[in-house]
Amino acid sequence: MTLHPLPPTADNSLLADAGEGTRVEFRGITKSYGSTRVLHGVDLDIAPGEFVSLLGPSGCGKTTALRVLAGLEANDGGAVMLGGRDVSRVPTNKRDIGMVFQSYSLFPHLSVVENTAFGLRRRGVRRTEAHKRAVDSLALVGLDHLADRFPHQLSGGQQQRVALARALVTEPRVLLLDEPLSALDAKVRVQLRDEIRRIQLRLGITTLFVTHDQEEALAVSDRIAVMNAGRIDQVDSPENLYLRPATAHVASFVGLSSLVRGVADGSFVSVWGTRIPLHSVAHGTVDVHLRPENLRLVDEGEGTMHALVEESTFLGSMRRTLVRTESGELVRVQHDARIRPAYGERVCLAIDPQPVAVREGA
Amino acid sequence: MNRLAPSRLTRWIIGALVAAFFLIPLGSTLLYTFQMPDGSATLAHWTSLADPESAAKLRPVWTGLTNSFVLAVVTVTIVLFVLAPTMILVNLRFPRVKALFEFVALLPISIPAIVLVVGLAPIYLSIARSIGTGSWTLAFAYGITVLPFAYRSIQASIDAADLKTLSEAARSLGAGWPTVVLHVLAPNIRQGLLAGSLLSIAVVLGEFTIASLLNRDVFQTSMLVVSKQDPYLPAIFTLLALTLCFVLLLIIGRVGRGIRKAQP
Repeated sequence: MTLHPLPPTADNSLLADAGEGTRVEFRGITKSYGSTRVLHGVDLDIAPGEFVSLLGPSGCGKTTALRVLAGLEANDGGAVMLGGRDVSRVPTNKRDIGMVFQSYSLFPHLSVVENTAFGLRRRGVRRTEAHKRAVDSLALVGLDHLADRFPHQLSGGQQQRVALARALVTEPRVLLLDEPLSALDAKVRVQLRDEIRRIQLRLGITTLFVTHDQEEALAVSDRIAVMNAGRIDQVDSPENLYLRPATAHVASFVGLSSLVRGVADGSFVSVWGTRIPLHSVAHGTVDVHLRPENLRLVDEGEGTMHALVEESTFLGSMRRTLVRTESGELVRVQHDARIRPAYGERVCLAIDPQPVAVREGA
Repeated sequence: MNRLAPSRLTRWIIGALVAAFFLIPLGSTLLYTFQMPDGSATLAHWTSLADPESAAKLRPVWTGLTNSFVLAVVTVTIVLFVLAPTMILVNLRFPRVKALFEFVALLPISIPAIVLVVGLAPIYLSIARSIGTGSWTLAFAYGITVLPFAYRSIQASIDAADLKTLSEAARSLGAGWPTVVLHVLAPNIRQGLLAGSLLSIAVVLGEFTIASLLNRDVFQTSMLVVSKQDPYLPAIFTLLALTLCFVLLLIIGRVGRGIRKAQP
């Protein structure tokens, strides 16, 4: 990964001290709650300065993995390595981490600047110096003008920005983000998401971001680890996850896909008379994951499938239409926004022969 | 307007009845302290508090009052430094035992003081042998009797604050547990701690049965002693004690409002 941090500025001590980040390693982490095992030997390497997202459905163990790294949960087996040192038995307050939580975790009795300076004061930084550095950190998130306010006087987005400034001001070795955007409205989510990424790139801090929102993960991550039932299915770049999913779960969870029946014969699968290359070898009847952009609305011809329009959604630069094929499969197709299929209209579909993922044993 | 809510007139009538229920006895007591036995008005009962000739008569009251204040301080110390940290610990680390802990904490309210004394008497024999019979030792028993009141007050504040996230945030910022409790959690349950403390003071100042049966001199037992010599003095001190409790409640309300201004 190549980082291009912006040059330090005199008014930002954080930026001036930006380091190279710390390597984070999960080595065979296991964790159980009672008789329920929630992490089944999780392995993950995060390079210094890398932004990695843990993506998965609710209950897949992604937050537990993050909390194990933070020291808020003890791992039953395996090791958590920070900068090459096993910190599995090191308490949270000694791990030198910064963390932003899903719920607004600002201390209600402290002002914004006092909240931000809290970690510095715990590290023995003198009050005036801590105040100055806290204001610098608030400037990084554009909230230095609200330093004297109390948390309840801020919006949700502003509170999470302060939480981010508070987590960063101590220059931690790793930044942990536990679904920090999920309580925010859509517009603020996108703004703060981009801001987090911008700051992370500037500071070069190793970051682990937990989210169930694939769009968030795809937008900001260097790599994404897709989790399923306590295991990591695939760790890869956003592009590879989307274009070359290793498993059917990844294909179905990352990006939109429609399942259609096909017959595989090794490296290819036949769907509606079109032979499509496979990401992995398969045989027999399979469920094929088709992306909306892999399908086209075409005139009737060889290798096409008739379908009836169920609904059509305008998405700005394009339109996505849900159709029911003659074989009864519901399929989403993405097309030019100027084409406006009507409900019940009869259309023809064709498949672009891009590599696809399949689920065997259909 | 909520159609199910009582009308303004109904609310006023209910309010007036409740006020009368409390104010008529208090007003009567106050009038009583301004009357001579023949029914004439006088300030003599109140001025006698400052009369050197009444010093001997009032001595048991001052002794009882002093003992009660010491007991209140020790009891509040138990509430703040034993009960509150235990509650924080239970809520953060052992939430599974929370229901059992609540049951135990509320149990004393259902046990009559006289029954409590039967169990406490042999314990106080041991206490007397080991650390003496000082009045302050009664605070161990009072620590139990105030449990239900202090518990409910503190738990209400704990329920209102997200202690788990606050403590985890503080820990992630490098704070050890003592700092987490003192600098993060305590300020956020301050209203509950204050209410629990003041209710404990009120309970201690009003407790009679345990102190009397364990032969300790406290404010309420001194009232009984003095009433045998002067029936007006207990009435005066009762009014003063009620005023003190009223002021304490005002303080709770004022501080509570102050905290709400700084919190959502």
